Amino acid sequence: MLSHEFIRNAYLAGTFIALACGVVGWFVVLRGQVFAGDALSHVAFVGAIAAAVVGIDERVGLFTLTLGLAAVMAGLGRRAQADDVTIGVAFSWILGIGVLLIAVLSTSASGNNGLIVANTLFGSIFGLSAGQSLVAAAIGLGVALAALTMARPLLFASVDVELATLHGVPVRALGLVLLMLIGAVTAEGAQAIGALLVLGLIAAPAGAALRVTARPYLGMALSGALALGAMWGGIALSYAIPSLPPSSAIIGLAVGAYLLASLRSTIAI
Amino acid sequence: MSEPTLTWNLARDVEELLRYRFMVHAFEAGTIVAVMAAVVGWYMVLRRQSFAGHTIAVMSFPGAAGAALAGLPSAVGYYVACGVSALAIGRSRRPGRGPASSARSGESAAIGVVQVAGLALGFLFLSLYSGVLEQLESLLFGTFLGIDSAQVLTLLIVAIAVLGALALAGRPLLLASLDPEVARARGVPVRTLDVGFLLLLGLAVAATSQITGALLVFVLLVAPPAAAQVLTPRPARSLAVSVALSLLITWLALSISYFSPYPLGFFITTFAIGVYLLAQLARHVSPRARDRRPPAPVAPPHSGSAPIPLA
Repeated sequence: MLSHEFIRNAYLAGTFIALACGVVGWFVVLRGQVFAGDALSHVAFVGAIAAAVVGIDERVGLFTLTLGLAAVMAGLGRRAQADDVTIGVAFSWILGIGVLLIAVLSTSASGNNGLIVANTLFGSIFGLSAGQSLVAAAIGLGVALAALTMARPLLFASVDVELATLHGVPVRALGLVLLMLIGAVTAEGAQAIGALLVLGLIAAPAGAALRVTARPYLGMALSGALALGAMWGGIALSYAIPSLPPSSAIIGLAVGAYLLASLRSTIAI
Repeated sequence: MSEPTLTWNLARDVEELLRYRFMVHAFEAGTIVAVMAAVVGWYMVLRRQSFAGHTIAVMSFPGAAGAALAGLPSAVGYYVACGVSALAIGRSRRPGRGPASSARSGESAAIGVVQVAGLALGFLFLSLYSGVLEQLESLLFGTFLGIDSAQVLTLLIVAIAVLGALALAGRPLLLASLDPEVARARGVPVRTLDVGFLLLLGLAVAATSQITGALLVFVLLVAPPAAAQVLTPRPARSLAVSVALSLLITWLALSISYFSPYPLGFFITTFAIGVYLLAQLARHVSPRARDRRPPAPVAPPHSGSAPIPLA
């Protein structure tokens, strides 16, 4: 299986994207910000379409839009956590612009715009080139390291905002940086497993880890490991069963891990 | 068929607009959808369940893809998928399970997992169904061109059922949404209302997303009610404002998209956010409106967050 270059690329990019999703996701779930992650990931799709319309590299569009929306959401909400109505209104509007751009794209470009739409919505981890997967791996590693670096103050700020503020922890700045990290992870993940599905690698492994253990670093490690397991297993599974799309396989495994964890915590109580 | 053109003669424009059967159906369906979404969405915004609403809305995509694969009518898929996901989310709302999961974080993770599980399944169904890509676009973003009178009738029945149920349960649901503790103490079945409301939301969304598409139902559910709750704190008046705004947005968007080459979804979302921003602006400008606070739900103890809507 590893003799194919596209599989090696998929594993390289997938490994680090999964690690970043797992670690960042742990904070996202802890802080109850899954809806914000959801909005950022869906918006990534509009960024890719916009880039296709303008004719620039899709990664420029992906990152511009997700990082931009992350900054806006941080600016709008108290404590750099946007309200759910604000998130909902803002991101449905951006999706509306996405619809407009699809229409523009299908009247201007001939042919394969349907492919672009499907690829950005559901990802194409087997279609990454060697260069793309190197960049993906570097960004994934960077995001994971950044999240680990600020883990202590961020944990403090997430668990008890008032106390953290009193102790001089920059609560707002941390919230902004976390949203930016989510933005970067979703933009990168959108290329691999798709704008609609990347949320699965953020929410499911972290949700499972938080059900299993309350200890922060153990939880982060478990969340990263589960995301990694889902990624590796999903790629292998989809290679073995050609009619199974890789994104569906990866998310299927991640959701399975979450279900097992919630089953376990239900029985244990 | 000649290209429709917009003139300054309003009567002629309306005549032009309603010249075709499909446009009449689109207006009928749009009106029903707008009223239903405005009322159900009003409770959704009040209960801060936008994420749940969005997730149920997205579920109509796997529903339709699964129905296509199984050879069933797509309406069946819509209703089954939305209903099942509403139940799954309702189940996850049971508080106090699992060690480190405060109810809020546990719930938001569970909703996210329900959403991606559904989407991954939908993608699988679509690729097994030898992926028709145009269909993907209309599933996600909707079309109002192919609505027939049978669909309008179904929509009407669903809307009457949903609005009827809300009319019966409206008052206790309002109390349960604003202050679950007090409601429970007064013997209101909070938990039943919780799940019941999610099911109503699922029903409304399933009906709506056949027309507006899975990704755009949400805007009619969230923007008009949010704007209305910013404008007035009184429940009855705010509900009426929500319905009025929703109708205005839908009619305007339908008319303009008829005369324009660009899709309906763009106009609906743009008008909706315009209305929401105007409402926010009005509150900041007018001191009278600022004094009248929107109905602030007593936040459940675990989520020490802002009263809705956010300034």
